[in-house]
Order: sequence, then C-alpha cells, then structure tokens
Amino acid sequence: MNSQLVSTLPAKDPRRLWRRGKWAIPLSIIPLLVLLAYGFWTDPRAIPSPLVGKPAAPFSVALFDGGRLNLGDLKGKVVVLNFWASWCYPACYEEAPVLERGWQTWKDRDVVVVGVDIQDTEEPARKFLKQFSITFPNGPDPTGKISVDYGVYGVPETFFIDRAGRIRKKHVGAVTDDVFTREVARLLKEGS
Amino acid sequence: MTPEIGYAMTAVALGLALYGSAACAIGARTNRPVLIQSAQHAAIGTFVLIGAAMLLLVYAFLTFDFSVRYVATNTNRGTPFYYRITALWGALEGSIILWSAMLSLYTLLIIVRYRSRQAEFYPWVLSVMLGILAFFLLVMTIPAPPFERLAPIPPDGRGLNPLLEDTGMITHPVALYLGFTGFTVPFAFAMAALITGRTGDEWMRVTRRWTIVAWYFLSLGLLIGGWWSYHVLGWGGYWAWDPVENAAFMPWLTGTAFLHSVMIQERRRILKLWNLTLIILTFGLTIFGTFLTRSGILSSVHSFTQGSIGAFFLGFIALVLLGAFGLVAARGDRLRAEGELDSIVSRESAFLLNNLFLIAAAFTVFFGTIFPLLSEAIRGVKVSVGAPFFNLVNIPIFLALILLMGVGPLIAWRRASLDNLRRNFLAPVGAGILAAGVFRLLGVANALALTCLSLVVFVAATIVLDFYRATGARLQTGERLLPAMGGLLMRQNRRYGGFVVHLGILVVALGVTGSQAWSIQTESTLRRGEALQIGQYNVRFDGLAASEESNHFKVTGTFTVTNNGHALAVMTPAKKFYPQEQTPIAAVDYLMGLREDLYLVLGDFARDGSQATVKVQLNRFVTLIWIGGFILTLGAALAILPEPRKAPSPLSSPPGGERAG
Amino acid sequence: MRRAALALALLLPVLAWGAPPPGAVNEETVRQIAAQLRCVVCQNLSVADSPSEMANQMRGIIRERLQGGDTAEQVMAYFVDKYGEWILLSPPPRGFNLLVWTLPFAGIGGGLLVILMLTRRWSRRTRERPVAEPVDPATRERIRREMTELGQ
Repeated sequence: MNSQLVSTLPAKDPRRLWRRGKWAIPLSIIPLLVLLAYGFWTDPRAIPSPLVGKPAAPFSVALFDGGRLNLGDLKGKVVVLNFWASWCYPACYEEAPVLERGWQTWKDRDVVVVGVDIQDTEEPARKFLKQFSITFPNGPDPTGKISVDYGVYGVPETFFIDRAGRIRKKHVGAVTDDVFTREVARLLKEGS
Repeated sequence: MTPEIGYAMTAVALGLALYGSAACAIGARTNRPVLIQSAQHAAIGTFVLIGAAMLLLVYAFLTFDFSVRYVATNTNRGTPFYYRITALWGALEGSIILWSAMLSLYTLLIIVRYRSRQAEFYPWVLSVMLGILAFFLLVMTIPAPPFERLAPIPPDGRGLNPLLEDTGMITHPVALYLGFTGFTVPFAFAMAALITGRTGDEWMRVTRRWTIVAWYFLSLGLLIGGWWSYHVLGWGGYWAWDPVENAAFMPWLTGTAFLHSVMIQERRRILKLWNLTLIILTFGLTIFGTFLTRSGILSSVHSFTQGSIGAFFLGFIALVLLGAFGLVAARGDRLRAEGELDSIVSRESAFLLNNLFLIAAAFTVFFGTIFPLLSEAIRGVKVSVGAPFFNLVNIPIFLALILLMGVGPLIAWRRASLDNLRRNFLAPVGAGILAAGVFRLLGVANALALTCLSLVVFVAATIVLDFYRATGARLQTGERLLPAMGGLLMRQNRRYGGFVVHLGILVVALGVTGSQAWSIQTESTLRRGEALQIGQYNVRFDGLAASEESNHFKVTGTFTVTNNGHALAVMTPAKKFYPQEQTPIAAVDYLMGLREDLYLVLGDFARDGSQATVKVQLNRFVTLIWIGGFILTLGAALAILPEPRKAPSPLSSPPGGERAG
Repeated sequence: MRRAALALALLLPVLAWGAPPPGAVNEETVRQIAAQLRCVVCQNLSVADSPSEMANQMRGIIRERLQGGDTAEQVMAYFVDKYGEWILLSPPPRGFNLLVWTLPFAGIGGGLLVILMLTRRWSRRTRERPVAEPVDPATRERIRREMTELGQ
C-alpha cells in the first residue's frame, strides 16, 4: 500500500522500502498455509477430556433388571463404564459383544462392567440388551446428569476407572477386545 | 457404461482445459493468434463436455442408475422427482461439477464478449480462467470423481440428506456458486492487467458489471442460506456463525469493499495496489471457503466428506495466493497513484473507512474461524469461537458501516466544506436523533437497538433527501413528477441502484435488530388439550398423527393457535424419521407475518400421543430480512442496466458531478 | 481471576443486547447461560438454540443447578470442569485467547491511524491548491439537463 500512495512524492526512501519489503506480502501467506496443513492432522471432533486422572463422579442408576447401582459400592474394583444408545449405529452394535465378552471373562476378577443408556427410550433399549444377551448391569440416564458429569459428547464412550475410583482412560468410539483387555489388565495389576 | 463415459468426459475436458490455458498463454506471449484460436476451441470443447457430463449425471439420477456411486449415496427409490435432479449438487462431487459447469459457462461468455474487444487482456484472461477450470476438473478426476462405479450395484440407494429436501436446497447452492465463480472473472482480468502491465483502471471498468452480478448472487446465496437455516434446520435462527457460513461471508465482505473501492479508483486514480489486493483476497477467500467445508479441518454443519481433497485445495490456494501476490510484488512498481487524498472529511475518506471496517469484519470472521485450529497448534488446547464472540466484535463494526452508508454518498469529493456538510447532513442527523427519542418513548430500552434504529433513520433520510433534491431540480425544468423520478433512476442508474441496494441493507439490518432484540421463546411439555401462552398467542396441543411417506416416517403434532381468543390457525410441526439417519429431522411449522413469525418445533413426544414437548418462538421482524433481500435484488438490477447514451457535448464535465456515482 | 473471566464472558453479550429486567424469571437466566455454552452434539450451535435431546438435557441440568443455589459462574465452571474450555462458545478472554479478542480492534485502530497519517501527509501538500466547490445533486441535475440541451 505504501508504494502507490507515496510514489508521487519526490522521495527515494519509500521506493526502496517497497523494493525490499514487497515480497513480504506473498511470504506472509506461508505461515497460514502451514497452519492449515497442520489442520489435516487434527480431528476437529475429538475433544480431549479434562477428567482423566480425576476422581470419577458418583452416580446412582436404576437398572433395567431392577434394583439400583451406586458407583460408590464398586470402590476397590476396576470399573468399565460404558455410555451407549440403541440408535447409535453401527458403533454401539459393534462393541456390545465385546463388552459382554469382557464382562464374562473378567467378572470374577474384581472387574465390573456398567452400561448407561443415554437419550433413549425404554423399549428400544431393552430390545438392544436382549439382542446382544447383555448380562452386565445396565440402566438409563433419563435426565442426562450422569452423561454430563462424565463430559460425554457422543456415543459410544467408555471410561476405565481404577480401584481408587479415578478415571484413568476415556475411549471414544467402539471398544475392541484389545483395548478392553489391555486397559483392564493394566488397572488390575496396579493393586489397590 | 455410464460411469465410464462420464469419467472419460471429465478426463478429456481436463486435458482440453490444460491445453487451452497453456496455448493461450504461449500464444499471447509469442504473439501467435492461431494458438489463441486453438485455445478458444478447447474452451468451447470443455464447455460442451462438462455440460454433457452434467446431463449424463442428471439422467443417471432420473433413471435410478445405482451403478454410479454418487447416485446411490444421494438418492433412493423414494426420493421425489425434483429432488433427484437437485441431488446433483447435494454432496461433494456434485458440487464440484456444478462449480466447473459455471466456470466453463463464464469462460464461454468471456470468449463471446471480449474476443474482439479486449485484444490485449483477452488471451491472459482466458488462460487464467481455463487454468482455474483445469484445477476443478482435476479435482473431479482424482480425489472426488462424480462418476465412480459402484459394484455390486445395490438394489436401492442410501437417499438424499433429508435436510436437503427443501426449496432452499434447489436455489441456495446455485446462487452461492454463481457468486463464488463470478468473482473469478474480475480476478482473471486483474491477473491479465498485471501480466500485460496495463494496470490502469481499464481492467476494473470492463469487469464492473461482472463484479456487481457476482456480488449480488453471493448476497442472494447468503440470504437464501439464512432462509433455509431458519425454515429447515429447526433451531429458529438464520445465522449461527458456523464455519461454512463464515466461509461465504468473508468473500462477501471483501467483495463489498472491492465494489466500493473501485469507485474511488475510477474517480481519483488512487488505491490501485489496494484494489488488486482486494480482488485477489476475494477470489482467494472463495477458494478458501470451499477448502474449509471440504477438507474436514473444522467441524461444521456443512462438512462434506474428507479425503485427499483437502490437500488438493490447499495446494491450489497456495498456488493462487503465492502466484497472484508474487505477481503484484513483481509488477507493483507500475502502480502509480495519480491523485491524492485532500482531507479527512471527504468522500474518499468515507470510502477508505468503509474499506477499513469491511476488512476488519472479514479479518474478525477469518481469525475467529481459524482460531480454534491455531489454539490447538500452539497451546494444545481446543477452544470454541462461536456466536457470542462474532456478535460482540462485529456488531459495532456493522453499526459503523451503516453510518458510513449515510455519509459516503452525500459527502463531497476531495474536501467537504462546512456548508456542504450542513446542507447534506443537518436534516438527516436531526431525523436520526428525533427517531431515537421517539423510539425511546415508544418503549425501546435496548441501547444497541436504539442506536441501530436511529442510524437506519439517518441513512434513509440521506437517501430520501438526495432523491428529493434531484427530483426537485428536474421538476423545475417543467418535467412532471413520475417521468422526473423515473428519468432520474434511469439516467443515474448506478447511483440510484446503489441507493436502492443500501435501502435493502437497511431493511435487513432492521430485521436483524428486531429479531435479536425482541424475539421471545418458550418450551413446554403439554398434555392433550393443554395450552401454553406466548405473547398474545395461545397454543393448544391437540394430538399426534403418524404417517408413512415415500422415503420416511412422519409424526405430526397438531396445535391450535388463537390470538387473543380469535382462532388463528392449526399448525402442524412434525418429526421425520429417515431410515438412513440416526436422529430424527425436525419439520418446523410457522406463521409468517410482517411484525412477527410464530414458529413451532416439535420435540419429544409420548408414543401414545398423550403428550408432546413443543418449543414456540415469537420471532420479531424476521420477515424484514427477506424483504430487504428482495429490495437488494431490485437495486442490483438497476445498477447493472446499460447506461443511456449521453448526448455529445463540446464542454468538459464539471468536477465531481456529471458521471453517475 | 478465572471466575471473573467467566463472568465477563457471560455478561458482555448480555449487556450487548440489553440487560434483563430486575427480578428476572429463572428461565431467562437459564437461556442466557445456555447461550454461552456449546451444544456438544451439534455443530456450532449453542445449548439455548439447539433442538437436540442432549441440549434439552443440558438445559435441564442448568435449571436444576440454578435452583440448587449455584450462581451463573458456578454453573459455567461446572461445565468447563467436565468438558474443558471448548464448551464455552466464546473463548474466555485471558492468556492466549486474548489474541482473538484484541487483534480485530488493534487492526481497526491501526488502520485508522494509517488513514489519518496518509490524509494528513497529503492534505498538507495540497492545501495551497484551491479545490473546486463540490456540486450537490440538484445542481448536478440542472447541469446535466442544460448540457443535454446544449448538445442537441
């Protein structure tokens, strides 16, 4: 902008300024391009959770099979807390057998799998549980309080809570057998 | 066969475009007209091929040809006929073919119009246009081919995104893309001007109408987008500062700055470098916007699928910006200003401030949009930059721009004397202050709304004053009123077209102010027979009905609305359940009025129809936004009318007067 | 400091469009807080605007917390604890985030300075040169008509 504004002045300095500085304009684009390229490596939808390492929020859920489950009762055990919904296709449908398998394998070893059904209605939820023959405790979260307490922003999400009641890992998306086994084994090994 | 034929067509078109671009450039450089002729034929060839490819794709849609992947992912056997045609631009690949089609159409128009008229610019303009077209054809060939074969052929398609089954869907992308691609033409001319060294006003004068048309379509596209958001998305608002909205808004802001700034260059021969920068920025932002919505680097309502397409677009942006600004740096010393600014109180100043504020708004939107990415890169922390930020920073800027709309057209060029200021602004300022007082008495307490209202009155008063005086002068010479007014509009169509456009903007501003300041809403769960009260309206829930449509399942709620006891209407907001969507789509029902819209969104409901949750909004003055858009259309149309032939005269024009502004 | 920043983030837009009348209904406060929070399942909508079920539940939680005695800042702090800074629809104005709040205004200020400097530099040179009186629209019209007549 300097050049055409001062070139009618009989001064040499502005011209030299232009000659030396004019390539600054195209070069200044480069940091922007680098930033945009960096954007390819990030996932705009992945939100890192601030709750990892913090104590898991207590909750009490009314189970589909009757009775209640309080998180406080499970202290001393490793808890795998899974948030799901019957309309969450295909991810929840993929991980349901994984969670059931995990429950069957580890339930006698101080591990509890708990499922919380969010933003759902009873009938399709029960149908979902029946479809995968789910036996681990499951209950609905009708007001969304539990899901917000855990900073849930989509389904499925799974939290691995250690014996001391701290959230140690948050897994977004369908859980696989590998992830389940690895995390549970790690947390069990730590003792109390 | 269809996928293969279509693919072959795009590949050949790509080859022709590349050849044409190179041939034109070489022909211009080495002064070989035969090469330029050849490039012209290549350009016509690409136009024919792209047109044929588009028609082929439409044919595939209409005949349920699911061997084409694009058809299978965007329609199914239940999709209604007209949406099967508009599904052409319903997703990423189709949007690129639409863009390419428009570009090749514009290229053809340039050939027809400028082949014999702009001998120096023409080959370079053609070369640049074909080069840009080649890029989009490249995208259609490699990362996002619309003619990909799907095997095995599925029995039915997935279906169109249900949000796209709306009349807004038919018009919004077309208008928006006409705007985006329209700015390619002045950009190509700017490049031609730099390359040939003819960096005077000529390139701007030639492209004046193109710029207005492109700007108009961009404005229209934005308004239709707002309309669509308001009527289809079900949240009751028309603008959310979503990255895709921002992506279209940024080139509009710089395009508006460009539109105004060229007026100064025409008059005073200054700001040449600035104008070049503006058009490069505007064109760059149109590509940047396309990049944002297709690369997946930001999450947005509009995000298309990802893939390698982001890398292609980033490469192209790099090429365009580095190339164009590099050219500016190399040839910039040829841009000499031939005039100066005389006083800060002048029309030049007002235009400069106009540019400053528009660019500031564009920068705000730009920086706010990429800031989450920057924050993540530098700090590792994700932040959100949304409506509260954009509103807070942009509202003062827009208010300043409204003020300038009133000051600019009337203040004198070069230096405004006190007398000039008094003649032109005393009455309007008085009107503005009076209006503020009146509205305050009428009960408007909101400070921002009051400011906006009084500014609108001020600007409207300046327009009326100018028109009144000019008509008065005509009447003095014995002309009758209507012919005087009509003649004025026709003779000075650029000036008065601009005024009408400003009036349109004022009406839009009123609509935005009213809806932001005075809308109310409420949400309730009602049992059958129960009602809620909002303003003077009573909304009673009557029941639910379920129905099976061609491609979805619909639950409709019936609500009886009375206004102060008088029966008004029965409204039917619904929820549509599409098999391919995870969550239901809201179908809002609304009663549109001048002063307020009654807007109903159906929420949760009990299966047996015994109760339903409904959100009711009373949106005030939203209709003014759409009316303002209509006025804008009239103004733009007036502005691009061909100027009436001036009678030849031996005298030279008086300073600052004769040519229409 | 953090509380103050959050309060600022909450109050500024409120002040912008007019403060609620004193003794406001709780519902309006819910809506104002919800307008500051990002709906986690939508794209760029606020919790106040979003028609989704999750947003509905979040509004319920806001309401409950307010009824339980929390102040607006405490409610916002709760959400930030659970979701991180990302849940706030406009970045709290401290630290690195100040960049996005200040740069636009700094740009405007800088631009104004540049325009002022340039016009001063030029007008200093042209002050000797007389400037023709500008023509107002009425006179302009008359001149046009007279010239047209002359031309014929």
